[in-house]
Amino acid sequence: MARIELNGVRKTFDSAEILKGIDLAIEDGEFIALIGPSGCGKSTLLRIIAGLEPQSAGEVHIDGVPVDGVRPSARNLAMVFQSYALYPHLTVFDNIAVPLRMRRHSALARMPVVGRLLPERSRVERGIREDVERVAAQLELSALLRRKPGQLSGGQRQRVAVGRAIVREPVGFLFDEPLSNLDAKLRVHMRAELAQLHRQLKATFVYVTHDQAEAMTMSSRIAVMIEGDIVQIGTPAEVYENPGDIRVAEFVGSPKINVLPGLVRADGGLEVLGRPLGLQTSAPAGRCSICVRPERVEPGAGSGAISGTVAHLENLGAEAFVHVKVDRIDLPLVARVNPDRQLPTIGSAIDFAFPASAVRVFDAAGKRIEVVAPVRSERVREKALG
Amino acid sequence: MVAPAFTLMFLLLLGPLLGVIALSFTDYQLGSPSFSWIGLANYRDMFGDRVFWLSLRNTLTYVAIVVPAAVALGLAVALLIESGSSLRSWYRTIYFLPVMATLIAMSIVWEFMLHPQFGLINGLLQGVGLEGFSWLQDRRTALYALCVIGIWQALGFNMVLFLAGLVSIPRQLYDAAEIDGAHGAWARFRLVTWPMLGPTTVFVVVITGIRSFQVFDTVHVLTKGGPSKSSEVLIHTMYVEGFEFFRSGYGAALTVVFLVFVLLLTLVKSALTNRGVHYT
Repeated sequence: MARIELNGVRKTFDSAEILKGIDLAIEDGEFIALIGPSGCGKSTLLRIIAGLEPQSAGEVHIDGVPVDGVRPSARNLAMVFQSYALYPHLTVFDNIAVPLRMRRHSALARMPVVGRLLPERSRVERGIREDVERVAAQLELSALLRRKPGQLSGGQRQRVAVGRAIVREPVGFLFDEPLSNLDAKLRVHMRAELAQLHRQLKATFVYVTHDQAEAMTMSSRIAVMIEGDIVQIGTPAEVYENPGDIRVAEFVGSPKINVLPGLVRADGGLEVLGRPLGLQTSAPAGRCSICVRPERVEPGAGSGAISGTVAHLENLGAEAFVHVKVDRIDLPLVARVNPDRQLPTIGSAIDFAFPASAVRVFDAAGKRIEVVAPVRSERVREKALG
Repeated sequence: MVAPAFTLMFLLLLGPLLGVIALSFTDYQLGSPSFSWIGLANYRDMFGDRVFWLSLRNTLTYVAIVVPAAVALGLAVALLIESGSSLRSWYRTIYFLPVMATLIAMSIVWEFMLHPQFGLINGLLQGVGLEGFSWLQDRRTALYALCVIGIWQALGFNMVLFLAGLVSIPRQLYDAAEIDGAHGAWARFRLVTWPMLGPTTVFVVVITGIRSFQVFDTVHVLTKGGPSKSSEVLIHTMYVEGFEFFRSGYGAALTVVFLVFVLLLTLVKSALTNRGVHYT
């Protein structure tokens, strides 16, 4: 089991800076997800932890020991790849056995013909067989051991890749978007299996994904990476509820958070679309962004609310999303509603409002602004508008 | 609708093939107004002829030397070029030049290089104190000198095929091999490169095999099958019988033998590719 620590890790390819000084401490036994839009450097960071890629500057420590210049296999981390990276010419059994054979056999014993003549080879091979069969049983692969990867379904290949990772009992697991090649249904299933595996092994999991649903459902902490920086680290709930940066707010959550143009007045009061919000801030006056999650937008809230027209409807059965076109805003606002209620028709006028507690405010540079609701207005009515 | 494809195949492939087979049962001579069916007489002649067996043995020797050497060297050069970082396209071009150059012209260059008195090879050998050979005029060396030229010529083509095969190996497999503890070039080659090159290797071996069976240009230009038939090969015998002695029927019988070998190679290829080297 391992604690992985990154200090000021930088990576430049040619002149492009991919990682701009990453500091990250991953606790022993933690399930941490690295998420971010594609090209943010999360996969590069994972490869640096694995040792597949040297960093340009900074240090990687595993259990307090600097591992720079230590070979990937000697770091004793396992990695599961997006494409599974199974050896197509080997059976499931042999695929899982590769890391054990590489470690337990001498180079001579791995030779095609000569190796078979060595007496200790068969003893080692028996041990390998036991270990592979134990792992296969654990992952329900026992019936498939003689097959080749080409004869397996996506989910089965994924499990073989996981089997190859866990058979050598590494101190940590690195996952590089392992579920993105699976179909949606299987992905949800594998999500549960991986979370279960983490509870069972109690090993350190570092999980790279661009799918925030995977990060939210499985990990104990999320590190949001944007343009080579870790912008925020926290529990899934923290990152979702209290984004520190507008890019985090916009990346986490589906559908995307609603962003409305706002203004901090000279007296510290906040305005959205020219209406006072009833919130105060100590931030300097200027333009700002008012952000509200779709599930906190309440349609049909009556007087004082913002009005618009329904541009689009998405009914998913368990929930429905109403896209509302509002004057002076380019993107339609999205409100999550319960489809039990009568859904508005497309083109009809609609009003909506949101509670003050749902508002997250960011300054022009995208940094979070703390706001307070004056005690008086909070007691009268929680609605920010009206 | 199979008719158009079948028509074309019949016109271009099956028709001529059947023609050759039919011709091999006749005593037809090039230019003669008539011929008669003589059954298996051509084949009887052929199997009783010392020159046929000699040229068959020489052809098989040539194939047995050129194929492994050209495949192994082609793979080695491809691996070296792939592992190096600079001058890649430069090396690629250099090694590919023999493929693009006309073999007849290149044969003349080789003739100068192998010349007993003023050739480059013997010059170099004398430079290090060794005695040279009359490479192409000596019964002991003529066939092997032709083999070297054959390897030199096939090398570049095989290299290009292997390079294409190497490029198509997924990078993540090498990453996985590294994580799994396959250190060093040899372990990586055994675990990833060699198995993943399986389909390419089968193709390269068969293509080199067929092209080696067809060896003719160098023989015709440099030795004419001599000295005393020591470098006589199938296609050259066929040419001599068919176009110098005008024994078209006999030449056709030789062609049939040649086609049987090519067919065998093709069958081996399809048997191998159907199982074993294609994994998905």
